[in-house]
Amino acid sequence: MTSTTDSLTSGAAAVRRPRRVRALGLAGITAVVLLLVWLSVTVGSREVGWDAVVAAFGGSTEGFDVAAVAKRIPRTVLALAAGAALGVSGAVMQGITRNPLADPGILGINMGASLAVVSGLAFFGLASATSYIWVAIAGAAVTALFVYAVGSLGRGGATPLKLALAGAATTAALASFITAVALPRGDIADTVRSWQVGGVGGGDWASLAQVAPFLVVGTLICFATARALNTLALGDELAAGLGERVAVARGVAALGAVVLCGASTAITGPIGFVGLVVPHACRLIVGVDHRWLLPFSALTGAALLTAADVVGRIVARPAEIDVGIITALVGAPFFIAIVRRQKVRAL
Amino acid sequence: MSGPTATAAVVAAGRRARRFRRRLVIGVLIALIAAVFAVGLMVGNTFYPPADVIGVILGHDVPGASFTVGRLRLPRGVLALLVGLCFGLGGVAFQTMLRNPLASPDIIGISMGASTAAAFAIVVLGLGASQVSAFAIVAGLGIALLIYLLSFKGGVAGTRLILIGIGVAAMLTSITDYILDGAAQWDLQEALRWLTGSLNSASWPQVIPVLAALVVLGPVLLSRSRDLATTQLGDDAAAALGVRLGPTRLVVIVAAVGLVSFATAATGPIAFVAFLAGPIAARLIGHGGSLLVPAALVGALLVLVADVVAQHLLPVRYPVGVVTGILGAPYLLYLIVRTHRAGASL
Repeated sequence: MTSTTDSLTSGAAAVRRPRRVRALGLAGITAVVLLLVWLSVTVGSREVGWDAVVAAFGGSTEGFDVAAVAKRIPRTVLALAAGAALGVSGAVMQGITRNPLADPGILGINMGASLAVVSGLAFFGLASATSYIWVAIAGAAVTALFVYAVGSLGRGGATPLKLALAGAATTAALASFITAVALPRGDIADTVRSWQVGGVGGGDWASLAQVAPFLVVGTLICFATARALNTLALGDELAAGLGERVAVARGVAALGAVVLCGASTAITGPIGFVGLVVPHACRLIVGVDHRWLLPFSALTGAALLTAADVVGRIVARPAEIDVGIITALVGAPFFIAIVRRQKVRAL
Repeated sequence: MSGPTATAAVVAAGRRARRFRRRLVIGVLIALIAAVFAVGLMVGNTFYPPADVIGVILGHDVPGASFTVGRLRLPRGVLALLVGLCFGLGGVAFQTMLRNPLASPDIIGISMGASTAAAFAIVVLGLGASQVSAFAIVAGLGIALLIYLLSFKGGVAGTRLILIGIGVAAMLTSITDYILDGAAQWDLQEALRWLTGSLNSASWPQVIPVLAALVVLGPVLLSRSRDLATTQLGDDAAAALGVRLGPTRLVVIVAAVGLVSFATAATGPIAFVAFLAGPIAARLIGHGGSLLVPAALVGALLVLVADVVAQHLLPVRYPVGVVTGILGAPYLLYLIVRTHRAGASL
């Protein structure tokens, strides 16, 4: 009884995080994003100065420095967009499943999008970025439904352990299928391998323009369901009692999350753990209100992926480490910390 | 009345039936392994009749077959057999000790740790087979210890250990990705070996460390089979029945990790073999008796069959791990669903 009351009070405190803290957090994370953008356009195998950046933003491509910056701008924009998409997608998935371990990477959804794209490349000769994106979203949706169905069969519902295991098993099977599809086709095998690790290095304006509408629509859908996600957090019965149409709300939110992670995977390849880490970090600052959590997750996700990209460019100079590897190295310890914090019963 | 005698007769009959079933299963498994092994030696781009194959094994010089069978198919078959035995033994030892079919070395990241170390030793340091095995076993033990320590929080709960293992495995996979990505001589086959497991680079020098591990560590593990079976009753009951839990656990962990690591150093972490062998053996044997030997045989059969399928029945020569990965995942999903239906504490 006491513990219930305690958790209720602390929950209420977390929801009613003072406006000042949130405003400060918002200012802080915006500053961090701007700083990272600056680093991302100036740092790399060639360091550049202020004038080169100004010139590149002015549209010039003369001189090595300016050309380097001009190439880094779309890359940075892609990192920001993909990071934001994955962050929001992870926050929504954690909200829908009420599961602290939900993440497009851990649940195998990114792998589903990958298999769809790889199959499309191999069998249907996909060429345009738009067709990539549609196929990736379809693959992500099918995988999400499948993993959630497997994870929630039985009386216990979708426990974190079952969902994580169903995701791991699905990931293993999908990885095998991807290898099976890609291996015999030498012409696409290398493309597939480098795309699979996950990278933003190939970002260019054309593919960004293709994916932008999907990201915008997905984000709007997710933001529109923020209030419903808050209600869902109370439990299905209570949410229904409060007049929420639980199944509809969950379906719409899931659609938004799947569009976001499918579309970003189509351009960057599967990137894990961003969707896991970001919402947890954000909840510490803004509390559990999704109306704040989702925008914050977008900003923090953008910051995290841009930071991972910058780090990947610095530590192995002149070579680069793909962002997917960096996010896994940062994210896995975080995953372990979350598992350790959970009570065993809750698992 | 003849009550006690009748009961004794029933018990004895039950024991006989179980013993018979066990012997039958083991006999059939060995026969199947021999058959698939023989098929693997004979079939390929060129078919060699049994006489030629036997000639090569006996050391005669058979034109054509001496190279193809002696240098290519025989080491491949022997390696498949040995790593299958190692994965089966190591997997079932972990599953039995932790009393959870999901706690197999390939799911909780131990195989991936050994694989990462082996990939590092070969790709970055350029070491030979025996040093690679040493690297792999050190890493395997290190990862096992790390997972244990990370999941320790006033006792080790099975679910926590498995989830933490999944996290560690994800991280190790990305490190392996990085090692292979950074390799100067970029080779897809090599990458697949360390990510999903492959027999495509099998050769005699790789067979030796695996064989040594099996000869040394296999009997060590088998000598603990009675204690291991008793620990399934629960820690307290096992202690009451005279099992010294600490030493038993230590020996079992070291031996099982050693077997899995040496096998992984040769072929990479062949997906799901360690995970599948134990439950399949349990289904075949039914109740009673140690699962170590049957699971080892099932593991060997799985790898041999998957390799024949991967090489000959599919349009392209796939690495064996792709086939076992596609076979194993549905079973894992089934296990997740079924375990919860039965109300077990998954």
